[in-house]
Amino acid sequence: MTKPSASLSKQSLLDSDGTRLELEHRSMWTDVWRQFRKHKGALAGVFVFVFISVAVFVGPIIHGVDPNAIDFTARNLGPVWSHPLGTDNIGHDTLAQMLAGGQVSLAVGLSAAFIALLLGTLIGVLAGFFKALDGPLMRFTDLFLALPILPLLLVTILLFRDSLRATFGPETGIFLLIVSIIGVTSWMHTARVVRGDVLSIKEREFVTAAHSIGTRRHRIVFRHILPNVLSPIMVSATLGIANAIITESALSFLGLGFPPDFPTWGRLLYDGTNFIQITPSRVIWPGLFIALTVLSVNYIGDGLRDALDPRLRGR
Amino acid sequence: MLVGYGKTFTTTKYKLDIALRMGELLTTKPLLQVQKLKQHFPVTAGLLRRQVGTIKAIDGIDFDLMTQQNLGLVGESGCGKTTLARTILRLYQPTEGKIIFEGIDMTHLKSSRLRSLRTRMQMIFQDPQDSLNPRMTVGSIIAEPLDEHTSLKGKERSGRVEELLDAVGLNPRFSNRYPHEFSGGQRQRIGIARALSLNPKFIICDEPIAALDVSIQAQVVNLLEDLQEKLALTYLFISHDLGMIRHISKRVAVMYLGKIVEVGPANELYTNAQHPYTKALLSAVPLHDPGREAKRERIILSGDVPSPANPPTGCPFRTRCPAVEPKCAISVPKMKAIGQEHRVACHCVM
Repeated sequence: MTKPSASLSKQSLLDSDGTRLELEHRSMWTDVWRQFRKHKGALAGVFVFVFISVAVFVGPIIHGVDPNAIDFTARNLGPVWSHPLGTDNIGHDTLAQMLAGGQVSLAVGLSAAFIALLLGTLIGVLAGFFKALDGPLMRFTDLFLALPILPLLLVTILLFRDSLRATFGPETGIFLLIVSIIGVTSWMHTARVVRGDVLSIKEREFVTAAHSIGTRRHRIVFRHILPNVLSPIMVSATLGIANAIITESALSFLGLGFPPDFPTWGRLLYDGTNFIQITPSRVIWPGLFIALTVLSVNYIGDGLRDALDPRLRGR
Repeated sequence: MLVGYGKTFTTTKYKLDIALRMGELLTTKPLLQVQKLKQHFPVTAGLLRRQVGTIKAIDGIDFDLMTQQNLGLVGESGCGKTTLARTILRLYQPTEGKIIFEGIDMTHLKSSRLRSLRTRMQMIFQDPQDSLNPRMTVGSIIAEPLDEHTSLKGKERSGRVEELLDAVGLNPRFSNRYPHEFSGGQRQRIGIARALSLNPKFIICDEPIAALDVSIQAQVVNLLEDLQEKLALTYLFISHDLGMIRHISKRVAVMYLGKIVEVGPANELYTNAQHPYTKALLSAVPLHDPGREAKRERIILSGDVPSPANPPTGCPFRTRCPAVEPKCAISVPKMKAIGQEHRVACHCVM
C-alpha cells in the first residue's frame, strides 16, 4: 500500500508491479459495451435479431405481395420466383405471410414478456424484501400457478373481446387482449426466482450497511437489490419471449387469438402441420424463425448479463 | 448535540466541527449509554408459526461509553457481540432497555429522526468481501451516505470521495473501480472510508480485522487509530483478538451468552482478571517470549456455549466454570465493583 503523493503524474502511473494504472475516466456503459463485444454469441444474437426485425418490418415493402391474396392457380407450390417460399393449400404467398406474421409475433412476444417481467419482478421483490408480504404474495403466486390457464383464457377472451374490439378496433383490441393475458398468466416463475434471490441478497452485509447508513428502503431496492438479481431476471425474460410467441400460437390455434385471416408465426405453424407431408416448408419456416428469434434473444440476454456484471468484465 | 450535520459541507465547517468535538472532551457526559438492553428473538414453529421459545441473544447489558474512550468487546463466537452492535445501531428493535446516544434516547425513535441520527454513528463490517456492493464503483459506495444525507453534487461530491480515499490511504483515482479489483485490506479501507464520509462521532467496528491477514490487520488498526486522533472518533471495537483489543481500547468488556461478565480498564483487566471466563480467555493468548510461552498455563474450558434459547439457571457460565459452586445455580450474579471502574459478575469474587 503506497500513500498517494503530491507528485503524482497526471498521465500515467506505474503500479508497484510495473503495470500501468488506468487513470482515465471509464464510463460504465463504455465498459459494458466493450465486454458485450467480446461475447461472440451475443454479437451473433444481435445480428440475427436485427436481421429478423428489419426483415419483417421492411420486407413487406420490397416483397409487395398481399399476405391474404388468394390465388387458386398457384396452390401448394414449392419455391418459385414469384413465391420465394412457396404457397399454401389455398394459394397464400408463404413469404408474405411469414413477414406479416413476424411483425405480430415479435410484437406479442416482446410486449407480453415485458409485462410478465415487470409483474414477476415487482411481486418477487416485494415478497422477498418485505417479510409481511411474503406469505400472501407467494400464496397468490401459487394460486396463479394452480389456475387452469385454458378455461381462464376462454372466459377472459369471451368477456373482453367485444368491448376491446369496439374501443380499439379489431386488430389492436385483440392484440392488447392477448398481450395482457399472456403477460398476466406467465409472471409466476420470474416472481419465484426473483424472490429467492432477493431473500439471499437482503441478508448480505452491504444491505445491512445501507440500512445503517440510513438509506431509504426503496433506494435499497433499486440500488442494491435489483442490480444484484439482474441475472435471473434476464434469463427468465429471454425465455419469456419464446413462451409468449408459443402461447400466442396456441391461442390462435384454438380460435381465441387473432382472426384467421391475420397471420402470425404460431398460426402458420399450426396451420401447416396438417400439410407437413405435402409442403413441409410451411412448418419449417415459421418453426425456424421462432427458434432463431428465441435463440438470438437468449444469447443477447446472456451477453448482457455478463457485461453488466463488473466481476466478469475485463476478463 | 453541539453540531448538527448541515446540508452543505465546507472545510471550515469541518474544522469547526473538530474543534467543537475537542471541546466536548471536557464534558463528562457519556457519548453512548446502554441500559439493561435486551434483544430476544422469538422462535416460531409449526403451521401457525406459534412462538415456542425465545433466543436471548442479548440479555441485560449495561455500559457507558465516554467520548474517545474506546470500548473493546470480546467474547467467543455466538455470544451476541454482533447482535449487540446491530441493536445499538437500531438495525434490530430492542426488546427491552434503553440506548441513549448523545443524550437522546433512541430506543423508540421514529424512523425520520433516527435517520438523521445515523449520520453520527456508523459501522465497519467484518467481511470486506460482503460489505461492499459488487455492482457499485468504489466512488459510489463511498458517496452513498453523502447522497442520502447531503446535497453534495458533481465536483464537490467527487472531491469529498477523493479526500476520503486519501484519508484511508488509497489512491484517490481508484474511485472508478469496482470492489473485486481490490485486496481484502484495501476493501476494508473502502468500508472505513464509507463509514467516515459523514463525519460520524461514533463508529462500531464489528470485527473489522477478523477477515484480514495478520500483516494487514496491523495496518488497518493503525489506520483506525490515526483516524481517531485526527477526527476525534469513538470506537466500540468488537473482536476476539485479545491482543488487538488491548492495543486499541481504553476499556474492555467481556461478554458471555448475551451478558457482560466483566468490564474494566484494559490494563487492569488483562493483569488482574477476576472472572473465571476472562481468565480462561486470557490464558489462551500466546506470549511473545518463547521461554514464558512454554510455561504458560492454559485453562481449557470443556463443552460449548449453552444455547441462548435455553440458558442455564443462575450464572450463565456455571456449566463450564472450573470454580463452580452450588450457589451459582440459584441466582444470577450481580455486577460488583472490585476496583476503579472494574466490575465483575461472579458469585465467587468477593
